[in-house]
Amino acid sequence: MTINLNNSNVATRENRIGSITGYIGSLSDLAGKSECGTLKGCSRCFSQSSTCLSSCALGQLSAIRDVAIIHHGPAGCSVASAGNYYLNKTMAKKRGVTNDTVYVGTDMNENDTIFGSTDSLREIIIEVNRRYSPKAIFVTSSCATGIIGEDIDSVVDELKDEISVPIVAVHCEGFKSRIWATGFDIADHAVLSSVVQPPREGVSSNKINFKNFYESARPEIMEMFAKFDLEPVFLYCNSTVEELSHMSESLATTCICGTLGNYLGNALEEKYGVPYVRSINQCGITGFETWLREIGKVTGRSEKIESYIEEQRKIYMPQIEEVKKELKGLRAVIGMGPGYTFEVSRVLNELGIEVVWALAWHYDKKYENGDVPPSMKYLLDNGIDFEASVADQQNFEVMNILHKYQPDLYLSRHPGSTVWAIKNGTPAVYVADEYMIFGYKHTLEFAYSILNSIKNRSFEQNLAKRVKLPYTDWWYKQDVGTFLEEAN
Amino acid sequence: MAKLLDKQRYKCALGAMQTVQAITRAIPILHSGPGCAQKLSDGTGSSGYFSPNIFPCTSINEKDVVFGGVKKLHSTIENALKVIDADLYVVLTGCIPEIVGDDSEEVVSQFDKAEQLESFENEGGDPDKFVYKPVIYASTAGFKGNNYKGHEQIIDAIIGQYLKKSDKRQKGLVNIWADVPYQDLFWLGNIREIEKLLSEIGLTPNSIFGYNRGLDNIDKIAQAEFNLIVSPWVCLKNMKKMEKKLGIPYLHYPTLPIGAYETSKFLREIGKFAGIEQEKTEKVIKEHEDYYYYLIERYADLFLENRVINKEFSVVADAQYALGITKFLANDLGLIPAKQFITDDTPKEFRENIKDEFKKLNYNLQADVEFETDSYKIHNEIKAHDYHGYPLILGSYYEKELSEKLKGNYLNISWPVQDKVVFDDFYAGYTGGIRLIEDIYTVAVQRFN
Repeated sequence: MTINLNNSNVATRENRIGSITGYIGSLSDLAGKSECGTLKGCSRCFSQSSTCLSSCALGQLSAIRDVAIIHHGPAGCSVASAGNYYLNKTMAKKRGVTNDTVYVGTDMNENDTIFGSTDSLREIIIEVNRRYSPKAIFVTSSCATGIIGEDIDSVVDELKDEISVPIVAVHCEGFKSRIWATGFDIADHAVLSSVVQPPREGVSSNKINFKNFYESARPEIMEMFAKFDLEPVFLYCNSTVEELSHMSESLATTCICGTLGNYLGNALEEKYGVPYVRSINQCGITGFETWLREIGKVTGRSEKIESYIEEQRKIYMPQIEEVKKELKGLRAVIGMGPGYTFEVSRVLNELGIEVVWALAWHYDKKYENGDVPPSMKYLLDNGIDFEASVADQQNFEVMNILHKYQPDLYLSRHPGSTVWAIKNGTPAVYVADEYMIFGYKHTLEFAYSILNSIKNRSFEQNLAKRVKLPYTDWWYKQDVGTFLEEAN
Repeated sequence: MAKLLDKQRYKCALGAMQTVQAITRAIPILHSGPGCAQKLSDGTGSSGYFSPNIFPCTSINEKDVVFGGVKKLHSTIENALKVIDADLYVVLTGCIPEIVGDDSEEVVSQFDKAEQLESFENEGGDPDKFVYKPVIYASTAGFKGNNYKGHEQIIDAIIGQYLKKSDKRQKGLVNIWADVPYQDLFWLGNIREIEKLLSEIGLTPNSIFGYNRGLDNIDKIAQAEFNLIVSPWVCLKNMKKMEKKLGIPYLHYPTLPIGAYETSKFLREIGKFAGIEQEKTEKVIKEHEDYYYYLIERYADLFLENRVINKEFSVVADAQYALGITKFLANDLGLIPAKQFITDDTPKEFRENIKDEFKKLNYNLQADVEFETDSYKIHNEIKAHDYHGYPLILGSYYEKELSEKLKGNYLNISWPVQDKVVFDDFYAGYTGGIRLIEDIYTVAVQRFN
């Protein structure tokens, strides 16, 4: 991958790494076609709403402390600011810091779509800078401003002399990509091109860039890394601009989710030689150990890490083996982003649960370095295969699958999915927290979450008995891929 | 013109997908980008029979921007009719199709009754078994206004494209129109309470939102004796349209009645308008007031003998709650309004009338009110104001931290809401007034001084 930080536009995942959102088949077929380059995604002639890439991009950027997001578009685009305000206040309080990040909109109206509104935008940027003195300013577009051709790049360039903090244009037109994860890349690109500085001379660091979402496991990871004389820097929730500016000095970059951290990790490696830890992720036993060993290798701390693994295994493995007895033979369907689907499939296999169908909300044919995602490779190398599809949260397809397979369990990571499973009467586990299956301790907790979910099915049974599902009988009789058509 | 929307308190017109969602078994079909529905939905209380993440959506991509998305819209509607079991399908357009000029209305017209019957027969269906699924269209591009306006667009689409003038009039049947579902945290409870009160004075209320209301209620609209609109301005233009098209007169009651004073006034005015015997209305009022003051009497000590509730308050909310709560706190509880802030971007033509309403308080009190969407200015004014004690702030989640800094008492009553989960709670009516007092004093009792 060649990353061009001089251009504020990031190529979409579709164009950059051949990502797709429509496919039905099996894991082995998907991987095989990816490797030989024949995989072609399908489009749909009927679809349900999914997610906007700007939510991912600006969700990431607005979590940085004391910055300003200026979302140039109608009020609906910037509506995420309300949720971000809440999240920032709550997350800062939890960590014991303050976060005065502001996220504003420009409430664009019909006249603006005709005559343009870059003059107003310019004034708004100046006013936000005056009001809040943010540490960095991200000026972002929307579908409407993108289509009418508002030149936000020029507005930003012209203001660079007037504004002393990093200011950058962020291109977030929602129609650009069906893959919302493109938004993660957009956020990384903005940070890399405006905030990150080259390493300072003579500065040695024991830091590791740790890309995650909401840092719930921060204290325990700090404690663990301290044993190895490493210091994680969690990104971007509660990050400071100062911290971000020195990411180029870290010993390595790692992430909790390949989809989330891929762009940043590769870019820091390519531009500043910071190694990117490309292993299967930290979910489950094998995942955690493989990841830790890779960290050990990259940072030269293998010995300490081996003794940690040994010590932890003694505590947790007997407990995990115990709970596994009760999970054996369960059948599960899962629906998650690709950064988790194939990782969680591996953990379910470890726990003795059979995956009967896995949905990935999108699929990256290859990672930025050209390899098939390591989580998939692991499954295939270990002889694990199952039916799989790629669908950007298309609920009607999920329901069709659940209806046909009637699994013991449905697992999903995105809001608004598990609720439909329980209405089908299927127990569901919402794998929301990115650390829910992290390492030994959380793998054990995860196993108990599953056990507890299937032990008492009262809630979903009570509900399922009383509700009617919104899909027609006709649909349940159709093949899940009925609306897929060859992309043109 | 683009403006600085600092701590925004409304969504865009497409947010009216929630208005559709509030009509049981009505589903929005979005001709928009893939993520609009998710952005515009609220985190909790959205997973009903339909939820935003299952709304059919054309998920416009780059190619559709260049070549137009009408073909995709057609296939999306066509297949939504097959896949989703609904009574009413409302096509909402977002920014993109309206800028690139997709003729969405034309596409929707291809799903009228005659065309649906024709394709049903073409597919070998028995005409006797044909079920018409109404599909209507609302223009709700985000740049056309906020979700209050979008809400009106949906009602307008129903009136314009679905309702027909009726020869029949059902005596006592009253359509009730109130503020915007989901945007208004208490929409469901409020409208049910208003219905209940109307029933008690002998009227037959009809509303289209929430549990057990839907297309049947929409069908009844045209037979009503009159429309009752309980809102400072939202839906007023819809009332005028219905008056003209359907010949239904309307009563505009601008204040959401909260507590005994306003609710009794409300019932008297409706009773008079509907020609209900005064005695009957007064009997209902007396029963409610007796119970209301039984409760107030029991808790009067709480109002008087605490150290934290000061007399001066500000409401930061849409016109509905700013007005309704100001009247309640002034006329029922004897508090003194400091400055009030209306944050819904009320159209200019309604502002003077609304300001006048804030002047109609007991003891010739007049509340100073400002229409403002820039929260930075609102917060500065609150900070600069001397409340002569702890301020009482009723507002959105944005006022939480500010109130804490000012050592004020704070209640989250307007969007965005994070501090409260509401299923069907309400502030309307006599009972609603008691609920609001409970909420305010639940905050108060958590501190000593």
